[in-house]
Amino acid sequence: MSTAATATAPPEGAPKLVTGRSLLGTAWMRIRRSKIAMVSLAIVILMVLFALLAPVLTAIEGQNPDATNTGPDVLDAFENPGLPLPGYMFPSAEHWLGVEPGLGRDLFARLAYGAQVSLIIALLSTIVSVILGTVLGAAAGYFGGKIDSVISRLIDLFLAFPHLLLVLSIAPILQSRLKDSPLAQGSFVPITSLVVVLGFFGWAYLARIVRGQVLSIREQEYIEAARSFGTSHLSMILKQIIPNVAGVVLVYATMMIPTNITAEAALSFLGVGVKDPTPSWGQMLNAAQQGNWYLNDPWFLAVPSIALIITVLAFNLLGDAVRDALDPKSSRN
Amino acid sequence: MSEPLLKVTGLRKHFTVRKGLARQASVVKAVDGLDFTLERGKTLGLVGESGCGKSTTGKLLMRLLEPTAGSIALDGRDVASLRKDELQSFRRRVQMVFQNPASSLNPRMTVGSAIAAPLAAQKITPPEGVKKRVQSLMDRVGLRPEHANRFPHEFSGGQRQRIGIARALALEPDVVICDEPVSALDVSVQAQVVNLLKDIQDELGISYIFIAHDLAVVRHMADDVAVMYLGKIMEHGSRDQIFGDPQHPYTRSLLSAVPSVELGAGSKDRIRLQGDLPSPANPPSGCVFRTRCPAYALLPEEKRLLCRDEIPTGSVACHHPDAPLLEIPAAATTLV
Repeated sequence: MSTAATATAPPEGAPKLVTGRSLLGTAWMRIRRSKIAMVSLAIVILMVLFALLAPVLTAIEGQNPDATNTGPDVLDAFENPGLPLPGYMFPSAEHWLGVEPGLGRDLFARLAYGAQVSLIIALLSTIVSVILGTVLGAAAGYFGGKIDSVISRLIDLFLAFPHLLLVLSIAPILQSRLKDSPLAQGSFVPITSLVVVLGFFGWAYLARIVRGQVLSIREQEYIEAARSFGTSHLSMILKQIIPNVAGVVLVYATMMIPTNITAEAALSFLGVGVKDPTPSWGQMLNAAQQGNWYLNDPWFLAVPSIALIITVLAFNLLGDAVRDALDPKSSRN
Repeated sequence: MSEPLLKVTGLRKHFTVRKGLARQASVVKAVDGLDFTLERGKTLGLVGESGCGKSTTGKLLMRLLEPTAGSIALDGRDVASLRKDELQSFRRRVQMVFQNPASSLNPRMTVGSAIAAPLAAQKITPPEGVKKRVQSLMDRVGLRPEHANRFPHEFSGGQRQRIGIARALALEPDVVICDEPVSALDVSVQAQVVNLLKDIQDELGISYIFIAHDLAVVRHMADDVAVMYLGKIMEHGSRDQIFGDPQHPYTRSLLSAVPSVELGAGSKDRIRLQGDLPSPANPPSGCVFRTRCPAYALLPEEKRLLCRDEIPTGSVACHHPDAPLLEIPAAATTLV
């Protein structure tokens, strides 16, 4: 009798049905369990907030990135002309990170606005590379034959180029061309040219990885099954194949962001990227090196360097964690 | 009698394989001249050992492979000559259940979207009807509604095969090609899946091409049976005929190899085939089975000569269907 009762009306304290977790849910749970991943995720989020809230933060500080302070009370006028006096060189209540030598602009404000520029360039160029790499790689792997040969040779070509030399020569040309465009305002030209250059030269490696993955996925039985009910090429690539390479792409993208942050810094440092007065972390490094300021004011060099190192490290560690978390066969849960 | 649902004539699939430094081409005759028909609501069992071309036949029928020669006619319409848009509607009528339920389901797709994928590809069901259809299909194959949001790796082999069956039924096909649908499953689960397939057939009146190497399963499922060997049909007939009164030496050898738990069914009258399956790239001339044929080994020399000739088409592809397979020892005859 009791069994009949339980069969008709389940007791209130019945255990909840076990519901399946999505792959993203599982991945998120794995990330949450890893301390390194959570710390790097926190740093990444803080850096993004730092960049997004740059206007707010500098308003709280009461400074702005373009205001110069060249008075003799701020900068040394005699022994080392332009070097901030000790009270202004290092963090203080007025200038949270001190001022830069030469023009005496607020370092915290420049770091915050520079974070905006650096992260936007890194993010947009990564998006450009990821879209190009995924689409071309998937097309090469899926269609094979002539399409594969053409795309693969293109990949070889792009990988064989000495990137830095090419970028060094293309970036100035692109910038001078963009200068005449009606959109050319503020920091539009340097940002766009860097996004184009970095995005366009970063896709090849990802495309090769995606192509290899797709080649093996294409032979799977579920692709044959999808073919057997007449799936179109487009939905085959978008719905059947891309979800299976999304993990690889996501991992590669999180690894590519720090690479592009450093690339932006390197190019700006070399003088072909972001230029004064637009701040970026690379531009700040360039400024520290110009006029040998770093010899007498190493703090000026340290501020953007430390920001760069912390951000790049956090992104890289997060990328590792994402890769581990997205591996469906990973037993670590 | 009305026209058969599916009529296959002279179906061939030859693969050209290039090997070695000289890239020498050799032709592998995976399927070499098949003739059979499938009636509405019936099941044709295709049996044979590994590498005999069963699965290739399935893929040819699905138009996943292009036949080298021969014709496949669905309702009298040749499938090989279909244009792209006609092929799309052909796909609606012929569906497949795959051998390995683990690899035939996309690991990144939920069960619900996997079953809905054929509907999405064919665009015949309005989007608001898809969910309902998926639920009714899942219900039909014995999956619970909440399973729709789970991923294939959360299911057992039998459940995954149920998902595969639901997906194959989504487009309400006339023919379902079951390519070894239960050979990857546990025996206890095999029975459930086989019975599910049979129930569905009784309910929907669909036809099956049932590809298997397990004779017991075929005996349970099939109305007609075709026994394949090296890309050719050795014997073709009704289930009772094949299992009750097999004519071809190959069929007789296969049946004698089926393990039995009956008392007294010892191994003494089990026919053992000698040697390996010849390479389909270089099959024997005439009767392809003669190199391993137990009857051929016992035939007198002058009768053997006939086996080198091409076999005329018929339900039993043998020159000497009545030849003895086992040497009957003198002592044994006296015992009976």
